[in-house]
Amino acid sequence: MPEIFMIMFSAVLAENFIFSRFYGICPFLGVSEKPSTALGMGMAVTFVITVSSAVTWAVYYLLLEPAGLEYLKTIAFILVIAALVQFIEMFLRRYIPALYSALGIFLPLITTNCAVLGSALVNIQKGYNFIESVVFGFSAAIGFTMAITVFAGVRERLAFARPPRSFKGFPILLIAASLVAMAFSGFSGMKF
Amino acid sequence: MKTILIPVLIFILLGAAMGILLAVAARAFAMKTDERAEAITACLPGANCGGCGYAGCSALAQAISKGEASVNACTAGGAEVANQIAAIMGVEAGEQKRMRAQVMCSGANEYVKKKYLYEGVPDCAAAARSGGGENLCPNGCIGLGSCVRACPFGAITVVNGVAVVDYTRCTGCGVCTHICPKKIIRLIPFDSKHWVGCSSTDEGKRIRKYCDVGCISCKICQRNCEAGAITVNEGIAVIDYEKCTGCDVCVDKCPRKIIWSGERQGKLGLVITRTAEEPTKN
Repeated sequence: MPEIFMIMFSAVLAENFIFSRFYGICPFLGVSEKPSTALGMGMAVTFVITVSSAVTWAVYYLLLEPAGLEYLKTIAFILVIAALVQFIEMFLRRYIPALYSALGIFLPLITTNCAVLGSALVNIQKGYNFIESVVFGFSAAIGFTMAITVFAGVRERLAFARPPRSFKGFPILLIAASLVAMAFSGFSGMKF
Repeated sequence: MKTILIPVLIFILLGAAMGILLAVAARAFAMKTDERAEAITACLPGANCGGCGYAGCSALAQAISKGEASVNACTAGGAEVANQIAAIMGVEAGEQKRMRAQVMCSGANEYVKKKYLYEGVPDCAAAARSGGGENLCPNGCIGLGSCVRACPFGAITVVNGVAVVDYTRCTGCGVCTHICPKKIIRLIPFDSKHWVGCSSTDEGKRIRKYCDVGCISCKICQRNCEAGAITVNEGIAVIDYEKCTGCDVCVDKCPRKIIWSGERQGKLGLVITRTAEEPTKN
């Protein structure tokens, strides 16, 4: 049990996908204009990463490893994740329309999101078992959601700031992101 | 040979399995999507400007197909799109005039007096809340460009403190008319030649003190208009575009030179040409 909590803690805070591993920067900068859309994106990512962690674990240990094809895991995962996201989209549309309309526009965006692929690869790299993989995927995605939502809040404040002209727009955004990332680096000192 | 063949076979199988899964899912989870909604989406401009009040073009298409929105709800698309949608829905589109946005203010920096210097957030809504903006005129263009940022077609620019619409780009979607805190952007028929470049309802005496180009409700235009298209009501001249013949008399007669005249050029372009001289500075 303690290992599970350690995985959760490190995935959410100490090794936060965005601020420490720098995965999924594209949606982090692209969809963080409003906290509400950021939360929607985060929920979609959480959903997909959790499911894909389970599926990619199965693909790796039941298909690739027995065949000795570990070196092809990246390609296999991209294939599986892309198909999975499509499948989830169709499923939600049919059976859970409310969730579909909430996540709808974000789901196609994360088909090839590197955070999704990254979590699948980290699971393998660290040799997690099935439960650990799912827990890691879920908590890493929660960390992602938290990061993107927090940053959306920062960005709302940024809209009213008057930075020097040359820093306007994207540059000041990146500076703000790096400051938040530095704040998060404080968690890396916490070891158990 | 084997080292290549096995991975290739496994990946073909994996890909085929995923393909079959998706194909089956597409059948099993097939939704009865309204074909009309998809056809309507194809007709709409696809700019997702939000001028209709819906979240985007596909949202409007859904609403039209359900009968919640009228077939001519898309002002940006104009009559052509309305007719196409009407054909899909099997109803009459009705008359729909192409509109364009017009900023009803001529108060460039050199013509208006300011009450204070605004140094706050560069946004019209924020400035309007700080004592109604820096202009003394309660209905003047603030010129901080909220409409510029809102325009999905990049048709508006702020020139010398007043927002100006580029008619070659304006589609008449009306987003700017909602965003303007002073409500001085109006939609007028695209073909209309004249407009009154002022929205101030103040009385003439007060307007003279702070603006060189404000309507002082002298009613000269009303008296001189042969078609009876101009009425001065509540301190502002208003042109009735149903009656206006585009004769330019009002443009010449207006003592403040704020009845503007746009000349049509080419297919779409409207270029502002002042047929009268520039207003004199007090």
